[in-house]
Amino acid sequence: MSLRLASSPHQHQQRSTAQLMRLVCYCALPGFALQCWFFGWGSLIQFAIAAVFALGIEAAILEIRKKDFERALADGSALLTALLLAICIPPLTPWWITAIGAFFAIGISKQLYGGLGFNLFNPAMVAYVTLLVSFPVAMTSWMPPVALAEQGYDFFDALRVIFTGFTADGYSLSQLRMGADGFTMATPLDSVKTDIGLGLTLQEATSKVQFADGFGIGWLWINLAYLTGGLLLLKLRAIKWQIPVSMLGAILLVGGVIHLASPDLFTSPWFHLLSGGTMLGAFFIATDPVSASTTDKGRLIFGAGIGVLVIVIRTWGGYPDAIAFAVVLMNMTVPLIDYYTRPRTYGYQSRGKKR
Amino acid sequence: MSELKTLSWQGLWKNNPALVQLLGLCPLLAVTGSFINGLGLGLATTAVLIGSNTTVSLVRNLVPNEVRIPIFVMVIAAFVTVIQLLMNAYTYNLYLALGIFIPLIVTNCAIIGRAEAYASKNPVGHAAFDGLMMGIGFTLVLVTLGALREILGNGTLFSGAETLFGDWALSLKLTLFVTEHKFLLAILPPGAFIGMGLLIALKNYLDKRFEQLHKQPAKVVQRARVTAESQ
Repeated sequence: MSLRLASSPHQHQQRSTAQLMRLVCYCALPGFALQCWFFGWGSLIQFAIAAVFALGIEAAILEIRKKDFERALADGSALLTALLLAICIPPLTPWWITAIGAFFAIGISKQLYGGLGFNLFNPAMVAYVTLLVSFPVAMTSWMPPVALAEQGYDFFDALRVIFTGFTADGYSLSQLRMGADGFTMATPLDSVKTDIGLGLTLQEATSKVQFADGFGIGWLWINLAYLTGGLLLLKLRAIKWQIPVSMLGAILLVGGVIHLASPDLFTSPWFHLLSGGTMLGAFFIATDPVSASTTDKGRLIFGAGIGVLVIVIRTWGGYPDAIAFAVVLMNMTVPLIDYYTRPRTYGYQSRGKKR
Repeated sequence: MSELKTLSWQGLWKNNPALVQLLGLCPLLAVTGSFINGLGLGLATTAVLIGSNTTVSLVRNLVPNEVRIPIFVMVIAAFVTVIQLLMNAYTYNLYLALGIFIPLIVTNCAIIGRAEAYASKNPVGHAAFDGLMMGIGFTLVLVTLGALREILGNGTLFSGAETLFGDWALSLKLTLFVTEHKFLLAILPPGAFIGMGLLIALKNYLDKRFEQLHKQPAKVVQRARVTAESQ
């Protein structure tokens, strides 16, 4: 038996920041690819725009702050922020709205707070909330699934709509959003919320053609893809299990209780879990190592808080989806959560317990 | 003369009520949705500041120290009422646009602050001049923030000028760009907070640059080496 001697530190960081960020990007790719498959090329172009502006703004601000920007750009955190932003915004949003989003993500909510590791809020979600509050019409103009659209569009059409507002054939964004039956389509969450607000029952609200598979065409598969990517992240120990599990558990519990109380008014918890940005939020957004809680117990509270807020805002709030608002609101509580869930230091008794 | 110069410098820049003392933020953040609203409230505040500073300075030796604050507040309230009635009479649309924030000038800490800190201890002329300079300093910030938010949010500048200057000012309105999607955040309160933060940062940055440019070179003392040069 041989004893290997090693000097401290005995606990090694498994991955560098850049490796971790790249890993998260790779795990988000299946979901992102499916999103492009179901809703067209727009998201890919949005990613390119967001990445260019995010990297450019980060480099410019670091240059002003006289920091080494090459090292900061190489860590991939700005790229991950750009990817998350591109996933969240509607595929054919005008390019300058994406650029403003990148500015708020990197410039305001990351660099003004001191750069990577100092930001209080999740940059991509701050950018999304800013855009949603600023441009409510543009930010809720989600495309119908390609299979249901009256007017298909290819890569170059998407490029032209994003930069000029019209396709080569002269179709505007609102015409492209038209479904095969002549109605513009909202996202499943939005559509159900509006219909229930109009006094329809849940069954009537989900009888439209876009609910053919029960969850809204495309959204089920996208969420399952993000779930797969997230499970891979868990397996590779890039994230901890507490936040996703407590967040999804809270959604299931609260959503289930209100659904059982009034099945005609409140959608089933499975719909909440598998529509909108739930899986993306649970595995890729809420688990941001900088702005989430840093203790194990704290992570459970943080995730559960997001889950409850998601249901509350989706059901009774003014906006159809709520991941961004819930994450940003819970980010504010993180210092408090961390303060009250400090783990016991090894060798000390926890307070109140006598030896 | 040098006292007046100091007062101007203090009011406009070094001790600016909005950027340095951070007083009167409530109206500052609430009404600066456009250039003209900012200008209107700034002028009203300036008028109240001059009036209250003058009056407080005139009665400063008659007021018992124990009840000075209520008396200052009543003086300020009287001037605010006058301004409010004047605006109601002559610039009715601006009066409607500014709404509750005209009577709320009473509670603007910048005004009671100047009455207490300066006017109650100094002669009339200087007190009135101090009121004027503090008012202009406050107005400049209101106008800058209003212009920024109006340009970013609406793409226009000087819209609503007719509510302050009369119908000839309709032609003052500049349209810089027209967009289908307005940048609502700039018009909403968060935009005011972010814009204000950026203005304060800009002021601090300029101060720092100015300081660096005019820094006296530190006296360099040549150290006399008493040990041998280490190899």
